[in-house]
Amino acid sequence: MPTMTIAKALNEGLRAVLDNDPTTLLMGEDIGELGGVYRVTEGLKKDFGALRVVDTPLGESGIIGTAIGLALRGYRPVCEIQFDGFVFPGFNQITTQLAKLHTRSDGMLSAPVVIRIPYGGGIGSIEHHSESPEALFAHTAGLRIITPSNPQDAYWMIQQAVTCQDPVIVFEPKRRYWLKGDVDTSAPASDPFSAHTLRAGTDATVVAYGPLVPVALAAANAAEADGRSIEVIDLRSVSPIDFDTVTASVLRTGRLVVAHEAPTFGGIGGEIAARVSERAFLSLEAPVIRVGGFHMPYPVARVEEHYLPDIDRILEALDRAFAY
Amino acid sequence: MNGSRLPTAEFEAEDVARSPDVDVAGSSGIDDADTLHILSEQGELGSTLTARVGGEVVDFSPYVRADDTEHLRSLYRDMYLIRRFDQESTALQRQGQLALWVPLTGQEGAQIGSGRALQPQDYAFPTYREHGVALTRGVEPADLLRLFRGVTNGGWDPREHNFHLYTLVLAAQCLHAVGYAMGLQRDQLAEPSLPPAASIAYFGDGASSEGDVHESMVFAASFKAPVVFFCQNNQWAISVPSTVQTRVPLAQRAAGYGFPGIRVDGNDVVAVEAVTRWALEHARSGRGPVLIEAYTYRMSAHTTADDPTKYRLSEDERQWRTRDPLLRLETHLRSTGQADDAFFEGLDAQARTMTTGLREAVLSMPVPDLEDRFASVYAEPHPLVQEELAFFREYQAGFADDGQVS
Repeated sequence: MPTMTIAKALNEGLRAVLDNDPTTLLMGEDIGELGGVYRVTEGLKKDFGALRVVDTPLGESGIIGTAIGLALRGYRPVCEIQFDGFVFPGFNQITTQLAKLHTRSDGMLSAPVVIRIPYGGGIGSIEHHSESPEALFAHTAGLRIITPSNPQDAYWMIQQAVTCQDPVIVFEPKRRYWLKGDVDTSAPASDPFSAHTLRAGTDATVVAYGPLVPVALAAANAAEADGRSIEVIDLRSVSPIDFDTVTASVLRTGRLVVAHEAPTFGGIGGEIAARVSERAFLSLEAPVIRVGGFHMPYPVARVEEHYLPDIDRILEALDRAFAY
Repeated sequence: MNGSRLPTAEFEAEDVARSPDVDVAGSSGIDDADTLHILSEQGELGSTLTARVGGEVVDFSPYVRADDTEHLRSLYRDMYLIRRFDQESTALQRQGQLALWVPLTGQEGAQIGSGRALQPQDYAFPTYREHGVALTRGVEPADLLRLFRGVTNGGWDPREHNFHLYTLVLAAQCLHAVGYAMGLQRDQLAEPSLPPAASIAYFGDGASSEGDVHESMVFAASFKAPVVFFCQNNQWAISVPSTVQTRVPLAQRAAGYGFPGIRVDGNDVVAVEAVTRWALEHARSGRGPVLIEAYTYRMSAHTTADDPTKYRLSEDERQWRTRDPLLRLETHLRSTGQADDAFFEGLDAQARTMTTGLREAVLSMPVPDLEDRFASVYAEPHPLVQEELAFFREYQAGFADDGQVS
């Protein structure tokens, strides 16, 4: 079983879809010759040519809008948005067109466009390079949103996104691009829209996704030292959300902490808290506690370590849950 | 900040060109020397079939079909039928049968001329006013009203007609047309025996200010995509004149992107058809995009919710009525003996049948169930949609016993 980074796993996954399906093509800024600013598409233009790995002009609306047109002609475009904060010039095409084509046509048309977005902070960068805008897209019906947290998922989920008939946004945890792990390239992949329980526990559940999954696991290990048994769930998909897996866990543990880098207000954590309250109210020993960014634009790099949820912030949330 | 330091209303009125007839640098309206006219306002065929496109003079005579009586009669028939359709739809809206209507009256020449230039394998991306183009693509007139009746957001199968659904967000469809053209380009390379095809993107003078028009032209030029940009400059973006959108004739913008642009008299159906045929051939043959500006006039309101008396002069409207695209072709057909009263009376009868059928179709359109809407949110099964649908069904079923819901 090969070991590779998340970036390499995405690269291999994209290579596989280009190999498997002649209608797939990649498009984005600097993805061809350069291989993308994070080198996720490195070497693909050389092997598949400029018609299938397309260096586009610098226009995010142009990238998404032309991808929609290509999809209408029977192609499966995979678009790269260079950074999370630069998706907004394409927001109109994503929310008013891409998300609605299937329903506008009463199901006659589909728009299987994939949008890859490196997201999240922790890389010491400048404004617009560290954001987590997933909730803005999750609020839009018609889109699916997934976020792999390890190389195995990265390899398979990008391929599953491409074969899905619906538009899929893949949020890639950019500060984990160099995280290594085993990738079983032969194993049948599980449903990309399901959550995975990564660590079994009995006293509380921590739900995280994307870049915070390793943080949640580390927090669970630290809590173990205090004699607390923490279950950790990697959500993997933020739209749809696998509420069944989350609820089943909370019915057993009675406590839930949800962690994401995005601001808590109006975020995915709030949605999970509400659903779990409806489904598992009588099993809850404490309110669902959210750990996330504060209600401010993503802060400057020199202070981001105080903004980003870390092990201590998750442990503090667990303490609050256990205090009830 | 002290608001009183802003210019007065009088000052503003002098400074900002509000009237489309104000001569803006390089734009002298319909009489611009670079505008192609073939059929004059008096219904006479011109002898000059050339126009300057970019730096060169193009001879459009191979693309003009003015000597084919049946063809000219059919162009008139299409323009006439769609105007009658437009009038009937306006009436249906006034009678409360449609939520809104978007009239096309005045733009029949631009729409029928360009639509009839398309070949079956070409693909059109309309705004929400392209009823005339829809007619040329074989879309059932009643299907165009389903959106405005509030029973669907679409109304027809775009793949059946190579005519995309109406797009209400301005200019969004221009990028779709370019992407579609990029797909055609790839198909052609993979399968050279396919008939060459192009896409055509419709938009208006108002939408020309949208960023998506800019990006679509940049992408189209970069990839030499087989796409024709067809701008109907109808002078008004609701209440704002085209002079506020642009200081040069819109066709000139093409030069900045590096492809040909041409202004055509949009009320001259013969010229519009010729120019569009030329442009499509240019695109299909791998020479890249073309921008056509069809200079026309929205003779009616923006929509049935609009009131043009608040912002434009009746004198302008009167002037443009003399340039009516139907009137000039009728004059030509009559004066050259190619059509007589019987022809026009026959069309009237045909239109009456069409509008009667239209009214019946609208009134009998089945009202969809909200349940149907759950089915088309996603192409693949989605647990949240399924859960909410189950809730909705159960909730609705709760009313079954007391007869509130049938």
